[in-house]
Amino acid sequence: MSLLEVENLRVTFPTRKGPSEVVRGVSFTLGRERLGIVGESGSGKSQTGRAILGLTPAPGAATADRLSFDGTDLRSLSARQWRGLRGKRMSMVMQDPKFSLNPVMPVGKQLMEVLRTHGAGRAAAREKALQMLDAVQIRDPERVFRAYPHELSGGMGQRVMIAMMLVSEPDLLIADEPTSALDVTIQIEVLRILDKLVSEQGMGLIFISHDLRLVSSFCDRVLVMYAGRVVEELKASELHQAQHPYTQGLLNCLPQIDEDRYPLPTLDRDAAWAD
Amino acid sequence: MTTRTNRGRRGALWLRKLVSTLGTVAVTFLGLLVVTFLIGRVVPVDPVLSVVGDRATQAQYDAAYHALGLDKPLVEQFWIWLQKVFQGDFGTSNLTTRPISQDIARVFPATLELATVSIVIGTAFGIPMGVWAAVRQGKLIDQIVRVVGLVGYSAPVFWLGLMGLLLFYFKLDLISGPGRVDISYEYDFTPKTGLFLLDTAMQGAWPAFRNVFSHIILPASLLGYLSLAYISRMTRSFMLNELAQEYITTARVKGVPEWRIIWVQALRNAAVPLVTVVALSYANLLEGSVLTETVFAWPGLGQYLTNSLQNADMNAVLGGTLVIGAIFVGLNMFSDLLYTLLDARTRNQK
Repeated sequence: MSLLEVENLRVTFPTRKGPSEVVRGVSFTLGRERLGIVGESGSGKSQTGRAILGLTPAPGAATADRLSFDGTDLRSLSARQWRGLRGKRMSMVMQDPKFSLNPVMPVGKQLMEVLRTHGAGRAAAREKALQMLDAVQIRDPERVFRAYPHELSGGMGQRVMIAMMLVSEPDLLIADEPTSALDVTIQIEVLRILDKLVSEQGMGLIFISHDLRLVSSFCDRVLVMYAGRVVEELKASELHQAQHPYTQGLLNCLPQIDEDRYPLPTLDRDAAWAD
Repeated sequence: MTTRTNRGRRGALWLRKLVSTLGTVAVTFLGLLVVTFLIGRVVPVDPVLSVVGDRATQAQYDAAYHALGLDKPLVEQFWIWLQKVFQGDFGTSNLTTRPISQDIARVFPATLELATVSIVIGTAFGIPMGVWAAVRQGKLIDQIVRVVGLVGYSAPVFWLGLMGLLLFYFKLDLISGPGRVDISYEYDFTPKTGLFLLDTAMQGAWPAFRNVFSHIILPASLLGYLSLAYISRMTRSFMLNELAQEYITTARVKGVPEWRIIWVQALRNAAVPLVTVVALSYANLLEGSVLTETVFAWPGLGQYLTNSLQNADMNAVLGGTLVIGAIFVGLNMFSDLLYTLLDARTRNQK
């Protein structure tokens, strides 16, 4: 049985001109593997991730023909059942630690909160949190534990975020552009840490990014999204065999170090692909 | 770096903040003294006339003029006044013929007591109402809170006061009427602090306490309602802002219960600007609400200042203004310091 099954997922937001569908019938299954979702801004990749966690922001609404996580139908969960799953069995790393960490709460307290929410005692939670900070290769866990988010660099903040989301050893992690807000040099470090923990804990990963090359080097499979739809599904190793013109366009846009291209290629957007 | 030095560094930063705040306060207070003094000289009121009266001879007038020190240069007058102020001497009231400091010490506790009970009511109801409205944005409860707030903004306080007295005192007889305490209870306790609720409670004069309470509850609810209108509206908008932040999504991803997200995570962030809102509301109440104090015959600072102003008793007006200014400065300093406690980000600013 697959870890996650998604069939015909749709996310709709009401607007003044009537409902606007930002995710339009996305289907895929996920085992304990790494799945990349690639697409440009507004393609619906982030909303797909949030819908899986049941966190479609109001007044939006998500529907699906099938949305099951390890045999549990996610569509009919109560708020309490959702809370039992989130943070414990599924979690999400978000883009920018500057905004995704609570600014007035020390980092350690935020880490402990996950474990405390799911029933751990204070001392055990503290110990586990410190271990986890160590696992994301933070040199002085005690000090970072006491620090406030603004006292950390972006890279450190994102490590804390990863620690927080993996501390309860979930089965599914959604990483929504986890390195987009970081410097390029730090990106690799953070990815390496994420990669190591994901393989160690053997969880399913959905890696959302606009960076096709990053995704293909990091994932087993790639979904390419355009205007709320999956236009192509590929093995990461067979990226160069992409059939869809949009994927080819994305690949062509990547700068090549050994050629001098002028003018730079632009991305074609055919209205027909959206249908 | 060990945790101990880390903590020590934070302590040092806090101390530096305290020192710089005190410096700011000293400068602000000096400015306040200058402005207050100049207002006293600029207003078209002849302080001599209010002492000697209309029918004094020129010789009497000149003598009083000299006695008041008005023939000295302005700078020297300011210096003399400044020295006296620092000794707690604001001069003598022409109206009550007592030292102004004594007058203020007598009327200020009445205002302090009323303002404190009011701000407690306004905060205790205003913050939860604002939070509730923000969580249920656009729903019925949000509309109700907004209408309640709007009425608090727009209804004239003296009218609300009179209607309150008419209904609860005259018709229903639930509470006591104007004044701070009925005369029959007035000698059951000694007003040591001037805060009658505190005095009666400490001296165990419970019947008098009940009477004082039934006097204060209506004006305090009324003023509390006015600050509630402001506090709930600000709370609502701060909370809406916080609830839209990304760290709230993080908390939901972590599986944190909704009540904790609202009342701990979001409100803790909203509390930072709320401190200023509550402090300023409190400062406003401490000025003494002239209309409320008049309607309820409350012998407070507002009434005292109005009386003094109407009788051209400039020393009293200046003394009162100075006290109010000092309260404003003090409360601002207090909320600044509270900021640094609530929000670690403000601690590291040099």
